[in-house]
Amino acid sequence: MPTSRRTRNAVKNRPRAVVLAGLVIGTMAMSGCGPAEADNSLTWYINPDAGGQAAIAQRCSDESEGRYRIETSLLPNDAASQREQLARRLAAGDTSLDIMSLDPPFVPELAEPGFLAPVPDDVAEATTENVVEGAIAGATWKDELVTVPFWANTQILWYRKSVAEAAGLDMSGPVTWEQVMEAARSQDKTLGVQGQQGESMTVWVNALIESAGGSILVDPEATAQTIELGLDTDAGVAAAEVISTIGEDGLGGPGLPTADENASLIGFQGDSGSFMVNWPFVWPATVAAVEAGTLDQAVLDDIAWGIYPRMAEDEEAAPPLGGINLGVGAKSDNPELAFEAIECIVSVENQAEYFVTNGNPPANTEAYEDPRIEESFPMSETIRDSLRAAAPRPQTPFYNEVSTGIQQTWAPPAGVDPETTPETSSDFIISVLRGEQLL
Amino acid sequence: MDVGKGNGNGKKPRKQYSDRARAERRLGWMLAGPAFLVMLAVTLYPILQAVYDSLFQFRLTAPEERAFIGVENYAVILTDPVWWIALRTTVFITVVTVVVELVLGFALALVMHKALKSVRGPLRTAILVPYGIITVVSAFAWFYAFDINSGYVNNWFSWVPGIDENLNWFAQGGTALFVIMASEIWKTTPFISLLLLAGLAQVPDELTEAAKVDGATWWEQMRKVVIPNMKAAIMVAVLFRALDAFRIFDNVFIMTNGAYGTEVLSLLAYRQSISRLEIGLGSAVSVLLFVCVLLICFVAIKLFKVDLAGSQGGK
Repeated sequence: MPTSRRTRNAVKNRPRAVVLAGLVIGTMAMSGCGPAEADNSLTWYINPDAGGQAAIAQRCSDESEGRYRIETSLLPNDAASQREQLARRLAAGDTSLDIMSLDPPFVPELAEPGFLAPVPDDVAEATTENVVEGAIAGATWKDELVTVPFWANTQILWYRKSVAEAAGLDMSGPVTWEQVMEAARSQDKTLGVQGQQGESMTVWVNALIESAGGSILVDPEATAQTIELGLDTDAGVAAAEVISTIGEDGLGGPGLPTADENASLIGFQGDSGSFMVNWPFVWPATVAAVEAGTLDQAVLDDIAWGIYPRMAEDEEAAPPLGGINLGVGAKSDNPELAFEAIECIVSVENQAEYFVTNGNPPANTEAYEDPRIEESFPMSETIRDSLRAAAPRPQTPFYNEVSTGIQQTWAPPAGVDPETTPETSSDFIISVLRGEQLL
Repeated sequence: MDVGKGNGNGKKPRKQYSDRARAERRLGWMLAGPAFLVMLAVTLYPILQAVYDSLFQFRLTAPEERAFIGVENYAVILTDPVWWIALRTTVFITVVTVVVELVLGFALALVMHKALKSVRGPLRTAILVPYGIITVVSAFAWFYAFDINSGYVNNWFSWVPGIDENLNWFAQGGTALFVIMASEIWKTTPFISLLLLAGLAQVPDELTEAAKVDGATWWEQMRKVVIPNMKAAIMVAVLFRALDAFRIFDNVFIMTNGAYGTEVLSLLAYRQSISRLEIGLGSAVSVLLFVCVLLICFVAIKLFKVDLAGSQGGK
């Protein structure tokens, strides 16, 4: 069979093709697809923000004078997906996890199997001075600091001055859920709460139970087989009463069963807005909406704030606690450098700067002294007070099961029954943890 | 000589190949071999690994507690109402969407088949547009359209009884499933219509002409001539779409994340394997999902009694 011209050309060009392939592979290796570059390079897995973490990474790299260079790598949007990615990478022994931005509830799950590098004593001491207690608790597992608190978040009570005034509610001091519900009911307005089947539901249930003097977990360090829940208690029933009343009386509006933090904010900014429990991002978001011309200045002028509502008049509220801690992967190639970088990242100046530019409150109370904070966030004093009183969500390696179990049994709010929901929820979570049921 | 019959001692006669045939077979293996190996690596290996993992109690964040537990994971799943409710929801979505898509798709195929030559091209393109949209994008578009805060559907259709500005579509199973299925139907009907169009084109005109001459009505022509002659195309359309619909994930994940009675089997598998990091339990759910898919293939092929290999001379 005669050889075709194409085949002949292909044979003739073979050495050229080999050279070309070599060049391509060489270029790929040099452009970063190959082995890691310099030894002092650190990767910081960050949660999405307005560019604040990348700016801090740049600043700390510059200040280190060449000792290390931090590169940021973006994690998915929501906390649950961030946890999934980090857990899979850590379990696979990924050495690129030098620094990680971690949501506090997921810390025990990663600390328990030894996925996190131990925090050196001197770093622990230097990075926890003046830090709010709740943030330290969220960074600790089995009495040991396993991550470093970076910024702390908390929910406060936002309200429309006009509605509170019309309802005759004195907002100069703390108020109770009962008072807030009654004020909204009397003015035919809706309450801004998060009733969707999601993490925000766990945040709400936990805050209500903690404020009522209870706790979702009896012993956070218990194993899956021995775990005991505090849902089916007086505090759990009191929490169910609040959620059920808001749901059944339609106080959250028709959007309540699917409302997350953003949906609550949209409702609060509307004509039916009255009171809302939400994170501080509410303020920059509302200011930005006014600046963009999508919201009236009058709405912004009508907004005020106070401490999270109490469950009982004589008992202080335990507002929700959130934020981000920084951890170092146990398989990181440069743990010493990573901790050195973390000390820089969480410096008082950086925390204050991050609050002003990105709206995420400092975990370190000293950072609130920065005059720019008061200017940008007139409610910063309330946020600091709220952080001091805030209670973290259950710290357990099984947080995901506990949280998803609560979401599946406490949503929608109108379906919550104080007589049955706490017990059903408790039994369900325990049987899931014992491997007897799917989640 | 009848080659198909035995040679008397119960063994089939060994086929004798010529040198040329042997060389061709060798070439065939050399050409198809690498693809065959790749297929084994990307499909068979993960399936076997999942079957193996499903026999363990294994949580990714508790590697030291890994233990062999036999078929216990399967027992937990099959005795849990959560599995059966998710199965029921999945089957419901599959049946409703496939039936509606089949009817709509057939109507669209007829329109495309009969359309004038001058508009045939643009018409086919217009009908195919939804299928070209990525499922996640279409899921978000439908979600935002029906969402109580950002959606316009409640406003536009407030004249329809039962729809008003306070209707929260994603707060109840019924309305949420309606939106999920509607978006699924909107997106994949073009696919079915295209397959059916190919089937329609294969029906010889002489047959319909003859039926017409015999005085058959349009409906009789369809029922007795056209549809029986495009059975293979219908089966392929039903099978492909049923498998696709049974594995539905994106729409549910984006719109409700399984809340309020919209949990489907793929989401259940995702929740166990990815969210809970329970590799053993999640693998068992995935294996059961795979068995369901195999069952659907088996039932569809038996039900339609179509021999797809026959047309290629395989038998």
